[in-house]
This record gives sequence, structure tokens and C-alpha cells, in this order.
Amino acid sequence: MPNQNRRDFFKTSLALGVTVSGLASGKLKAETPKVHPEDRMGVLVDTTVCIGCRSCEYACKVAHNLPTGSLESYHDDRSVFNKERRPGEEVLTVVNEYKSNQEFPIDVKVQCMHCEEPACVASCIVHAFTKHKDGSVTWDTGKCIGCRYCVIACPFQVPVFQYSKALQPNIMKCDFCYDRTSKGLLPACVEICPVEALTYGKKVELLQVAKGRIKQKPDKYFDHIYGEYEVGGTSWLYLSSTNFSNLDFPKLGEDPAPATSESIQHGLFRYFVPPVALYTLLGGIMWLTKRKENSEEEE
Amino acid sequence: MQNIYKPVPLKRHFLTPGVMILIVLAFNGLVFLALRLIYGLGFVTNLDIQHPWGIWIAIDVACGVALASGGFTTAALGHVLHREKYKVILRPALLTAMLGYTFVAFGVMVDLGRWYYIWHPLIYWNGSSPLFEVGICVMFYLTVLYIEFIPVVTERFIGKVNFKGLLKFLNIPIDSILRFLDRSLSKTMFIFVIAGVVLSTLHQSSLGTLMVVAGSKMHPLWHTPILPLLFLLSAISVGFPMVIFESLLAARSFKIKPEMEVLTGLARMVGPLLFVYFGFKLGDMVIRGTYVYLEVINTASVMFMIEIVFGVLVPLRMFFSEKVIHSKLGLFIASSFVILGIFLNRINDFLVAYNPPYAVKSYFPSIGEISVTVGFIALLVLLYRIAIIIFPVISLPSRDLLPKSKYEIKGESK
Repeated sequence: MPNQNRRDFFKTSLALGVTVSGLASGKLKAETPKVHPEDRMGVLVDTTVCIGCRSCEYACKVAHNLPTGSLESYHDDRSVFNKERRPGEEVLTVVNEYKSNQEFPIDVKVQCMHCEEPACVASCIVHAFTKHKDGSVTWDTGKCIGCRYCVIACPFQVPVFQYSKALQPNIMKCDFCYDRTSKGLLPACVEICPVEALTYGKKVELLQVAKGRIKQKPDKYFDHIYGEYEVGGTSWLYLSSTNFSNLDFPKLGEDPAPATSESIQHGLFRYFVPPVALYTLLGGIMWLTKRKENSEEEE
Repeated sequence: MQNIYKPVPLKRHFLTPGVMILIVLAFNGLVFLALRLIYGLGFVTNLDIQHPWGIWIAIDVACGVALASGGFTTAALGHVLHREKYKVILRPALLTAMLGYTFVAFGVMVDLGRWYYIWHPLIYWNGSSPLFEVGICVMFYLTVLYIEFIPVVTERFIGKVNFKGLLKFLNIPIDSILRFLDRSLSKTMFIFVIAGVVLSTLHQSSLGTLMVVAGSKMHPLWHTPILPLLFLLSAISVGFPMVIFESLLAARSFKIKPEMEVLTGLARMVGPLLFVYFGFKLGDMVIRGTYVYLEVINTASVMFMIEIVFGVLVPLRMFFSEKVIHSKLGLFIASSFVILGIFLNRINDFLVAYNPPYAVKSYFPSIGEISVTVGFIALLVLLYRIAIIIFPVISLPSRDLLPKSKYEIKGESK
């Protein structure tokens, strides 16, 4: 009698395991790739044009009411390039400089890439991130609970949590100047750029421009548009004279970052069938074992 | 002569030297907790832009949830499968789960940058977020655990509500509330029991899904799409060892005889469960070909090997040995190994495997973080002690309560 029950128990747990693993593996590739709307906006960053003047850093801070020095101080201070910087608690974009074997060093602007299928949007526990029609990804201070799961999820390590604040710490990240672009203005960094290293426009058109530049000067450009396919595509696109791995861009696949975890979640909760089925199964077992027990007592 | 086990409140003094140490540890933790609330996360923790989660998530939450799995595994065994023999361990396991999950909730709360918004997930839903599922399931499961504990409270206090002085008028209303709860729950408890098991399987597995999204930043030894399955299987395997571990510890602390027959019965199930977990873990490694990462010696490969050898293989062998599962010491050591293994697995998954691309230094917990975690554990043990002194949780053999069963009348004995 005890053996019988134990076997039942293992059978149940095994069946459960098989169900879960089946869900996890079966649904992984099932989702069809989303087609992105034609009017998605983007920015093409041509790192071969950028001179590292850091005007964009200044304009960004002004546009987001963050403390900043004078514009001249950004031009003059080249010592910041001595070490690699990242967006921080009061900085939404930074420019890093990399040595190259050509005449000029390579300068790379860093900010949120505004993924087509953002991991932060899929992961956020309270849906504080929104992917807008124009492609921008913004964060809503009214919902955020400060769990920092977006920081774990982001493949580009962009969102920054304000550790120094005890009350209302924010998640800091580039919002693609959503307030400006919805009024018909250019993003602050694009507007101020003196050498047109940044081009704002429809993403489909930017891709054509980028491909044209590579085709025209194949010696100058490394044949890859970073952001065209990475993690399912990003709104910000980069051109470079060298392999992007030399410029500290993460090497990422073409699957959207949240694809796997999203399909696990959706698989487990498809019309709530698996949880309800498990509930019914357990209820059934409970009823059966109870009956068996009662009939044994009567014997 | 057969003994009947019945849960009774243990008549013991609360204060012992061990309890004094726990109080000091708990107080120390609360001091650092106050600092965190006043000056923010950056002041107390070693977390930074690159390392958003530390031991408050890896230990307080992830290990806490896994090690409280004794609650749902024993509920499945005792209530769903109706294995009468194991009734004596249901209440201790329930109490552990209830207190464990309470501290998981506190652990999450102090880690949240905006802790006062912890209720937001109830309003703002995000179905594609595994964290949302974990959050909601933990909230509901915690409620279910408290409901499951109500009969213990009613059993203790029905007919014994006896306030003195000003509150005297409350005696009758409270007593009738208790009686009402007792009556309605005795018919509906099965709904909550099954809900508890379902909610547990859901969030135990989703806790594993959490790190799946970090894909490119995770070490391949741990990062696999079957992480949720591995988390669920490991949580099921650690449930009984945790119950055994606690029973033996409580028996020693309160100087009572552990119910070895029950513990040996539980131990017999641990081996096969661990074997299934190990099978999936090994199979996953072979299919994804991640064994190549074990050829180099670094933190990740060493931690992985410790986790597998001492946390899975050693206890797997021990739980299949008759000699071990019949000995108190053997059971205690074997269970400790399983617990260590799951503890390491969660730490590895959330901290060791997580390699942010632009990190300039690696994460190690600060004194403040360790103090708060240790303080919470100390508080949990203190509350456990208080609860088993007040409520009928631990079962003691009692000859006075032996009913005249039909077997005795027939003269049969075991």
C-alpha cells in the first residue's frame, strides 16, 4: 500500500515535469516575428564622422533638466576619455573615445538603443516601460517600484537606478526626447551635433542611407550596421570603420532579448490552462486518495 | 504499545543563551535596515549600476522561497495524497513556510528602491513579466499559508479566550469568530490546500525564469531555457530535506525525541527526487554542450562543480543508503548537503553567473547587506520558537490520549 502511493507520487511529479518542459521547449520558436511599422523613427550614428566634442552630452542634460557646466567645458576637457564611461545617475548619454590605427581616434556615443522588442518593457513587473509608435522606449515614474529587474534584463546595460536617493529613486535612461519629438522638434543631441554625425529619420530610410554609405566607401566602413538585426533590431543604428567588438558593443544574437522568457510565460499561462489543469489534477488525486482511505477504514 | 502523536504547545522557557545571541543578531540587522531606509540603498549595500541585485534577492528571496518549499511538498504528501503517517510534520512545515514567506516578502520590500509601492503589482499588471508572476503568486500563497494556519489558532484558543479587565467584553465575540472560522474552514480547507500547491509550483518555476531574460549576460553553465523546470525540481527535492533538518534541529533544541520513522519515510523519497533533478541538470548540460566550460578553472566552473558534487551527488548517494537514512546524524548531514546545494545553486544563478558587460569590479555583499540578511534569519528563528511555545505545532507522543481502538479490543498490537 505505501509503495503504491509512492509510485503514484513519482508518476505525478514526473508527469508534471514533462508538461512543464514540453511547454518550455515547444513554444520557444512558435511566436512569429513581428513586422515593425514603416514610420518607426531612428537615429543613424556615423562614428567615422563624430569628433568627440561632447555637445550632445551637454544638450541632453539641458533638455532633461540635469545639472550641467558650460558647453565650452565639454569641448575643452579631453581627459574624460582616459577611461570608459557609462550613462549614470545624472547622465543619460556619454561619448567614449577609442584609439584606432587610422589618423583619428573613434568616438562612440552611448545611450539607450530603443530596441524594437525591448527586454525592459517585457520584464518590468508593473509595466512602467512603454514602447511608443515612433520607436522610443520611455519610463513611467508613476508606476516604478524600484525593483531594478530592467537593469538585469537590458542587453545593453543601459537603465541606471539612483542608488543615492532614499526616497523616489528614479530609473535614468535616454527617452529619445519623447517630449520634444512629439512637438515636432529633433532629439536634443541630434539638433546640437555640429558635424551631423547623428541623423534622425524614419528607420527604413536610415537603413538605406547606411547601406549606401557602406557601398560607396567600402574601404572606410566596416560592413555591418549595428542595430539592424541585433536583438531583433534597435531604433539607434551605428556605422563604424572597425569591428564593433573593438568599440565595446556587446555581441548579441538576432533573437529579441525577451523572446525566450516571454514565450515561457505565455506558454504557462495560455488561457490559464496549465494552472487550472494542475489544480483539477490535484483535486482529483485528493478525492481519489480520500475515498480509498475511507473505504479502507470501513473494511 | 503504540504512541499517538498529537500537536501540543511546548512548555519551555523562551530565553536561553542561544536566543540571546539571536536577539543581538536581529537587532544588528534592524540597525542596518534603518540606515537603508533613511539614507537609501547605495549607503548600505555594495550594489551598483552594473550589479542591480545582491544577496537580498539571491538569499533572502531566492533561497528563502526554495527552502520554504517544505510547506507545499508536505501539503501535497499529507493532504493531497492523504499519507496519514506524515500528518505530524505538516504543522511544523506549514509554520516554516508561513514564516519563511513572510520574510521573503520583507526581503523583497527592503530591496525595492520604492518599497512603499510594493502593492503596485496588484494594480499595474504585466503578464509577460516572470517577476510579476512571482510577485503575485507569492502574495497569494502567503495569504493561503496564513489561512492554512488559522485552524492551529482556533484549536488553541476556542473556549480559552480569556482577556482580563478592560478587554473583557471582547471574549465572547472573539470566541464566536474563532468558532465561525473553524467551522467554515473545516469544509473549505481543501480549496486552499490545492491552491497553495499550484501557486507554489508556479512561482517556484518562475523564479527560475527570472534570469532567462538576462541571456547574454549569464554564464552558459547556468543559463538554459529549462531554468524554470530546474528551479521547480530542485525546490521539490529540497522540501523534505529541509523538514528533516528542522525536525532534528528542533528535537535537539527542545530535547524531544525525533519521529525517526516519519523522517526515514521522508528520506526514502529524497533520493529519487534528487535523481530526477540531477538527470535534468546533466541532460541539459550534455544537450547544450556546456561541459566545455568545465575544462577551464575559474570561479564559475569551480562553483558549478561544488554545487553539483556536494549539493547533489554526495547527498544523492547518502539518501540511497539504508544506514544513513536510519541514523539521526546521517540524515542531518545528508539533508544539510541538499540544503547547501540549493543555497549554492540560487547564489550561483543570481550572482555568480551574472556577468554585466561593463562591470569594472565584481560584486561582494557589504557588512550592511550581510547584517540585514542574518538579522532576518535570526528574527525568523525567534518567531518560530515563540510560535511553537504558543501554538500546538510540534507533535509529542502521548499515552493519555490513546483512544481505545478496535485493534486493541481485538488484542492486536504493533
